[in-house]
Amino acid sequence: MIIAERKPMEEIKQAMAPYKKVLVAGCGTCVAVCWAGGEKEVEILASQLRLARSAEGNEIVTLEATVERQCEKEMVEELKDKVAEVEAVLSLACGSGVQTMAELFEDKPVFPAVNTTFIGMPEKEGLWVEMCGACGDCFLDRTGGICPIVRCAKGLLNGPCGGTRRGGKCEIDPEKDCAWVLIYRRLEKQGRLDLMREYYSPRNFRAVKRPGRVQAVKA
Amino acid sequence: MNGCIVAFCCEHSAYPAADLAGKLRLHYPENIRVIRVPCAGRVDVIHILKALEKGAAAVLVLGCEDGACHHITGNTRAKERVKYCNMLLKEVQIDGRPVAMFNLSPNAPHKFVRAVNEVTKIIKESGR
Repeated sequence: MIIAERKPMEEIKQAMAPYKKVLVAGCGTCVAVCWAGGEKEVEILASQLRLARSAEGNEIVTLEATVERQCEKEMVEELKDKVAEVEAVLSLACGSGVQTMAELFEDKPVFPAVNTTFIGMPEKEGLWVEMCGACGDCFLDRTGGICPIVRCAKGLLNGPCGGTRRGGKCEIDPEKDCAWVLIYRRLEKQGRLDLMREYYSPRNFRAVKRPGRVQAVKA
Repeated sequence: MNGCIVAFCCEHSAYPAADLAGKLRLHYPENIRVIRVPCAGRVDVIHILKALEKGAAAVLVLGCEDGACHHITGNTRAKERVKYCNMLLKEVQIDGRPVAMFNLSPNAPHKFVRAVNEVTKIIKESGR
């Protein structure tokens, strides 16, 4: 899922400074799961904004709404009436959601309230780690399902490097496991260690032309 | 609600304690608004923020003693939420209004009165 974290309050306050009535819009999918932009976070951010502005003697009116997925036009369209009432939109969705909102309501300024950071998975409660770089040329079949592009600090295709620490930790971050040690252990379990002897030539990092576009083939 | 203290009281501890304080004719400031909740763990961050938005001078979350929560972990969750709430308030520089958690047992009316007096003192000192 897409992981995001909320922007510093000062930045959000500054962005909202010129407006008196705004819509705080959340997204109920990825950013809700990583506690950055779901219904609850919308309520809290709107309340914080109102408190901050009322302390400054410059009240702000906030409308609040959360849609299932802010990256889908059909779902964002539900907010049409609310957007019409406000001067600006503060979106807690990922970058894709913010842009969908901005495209749909071109006459209203849309501000992001979160920083979209990576594609990851929850490691434990409240901690998410990056798992996929969305490079468009998946390599996981040869590495036992562990991505060296993202999880190796150097993004090595032919690892491990000479800097692996004792205990299989990374030389750059001793807290972090060396991705190639993890790959070795996984392949060992699967009896596929011969893959470690393969040499992989430099990858095609232009597999996905940016901006990416995927057209489904109709059956 | 302007200037008052909102006290979310767990019905298994703080609420009976407040009741007992009344029965014992103990004096405590009259600007307190007691809200009975099924457990301190029921109090969410947004409840505290909304109370402050409506003008509360302070918010108290009163739950069971550590390890004695009727719902097992409600009081520890409430403590974490109060901590988180204070962090949110600091972000918007509204940290002058106390938001605090107290643990007490149902037979501790004096502790209830002490908690209310303590917060009232902080409010008076900050001139609100």
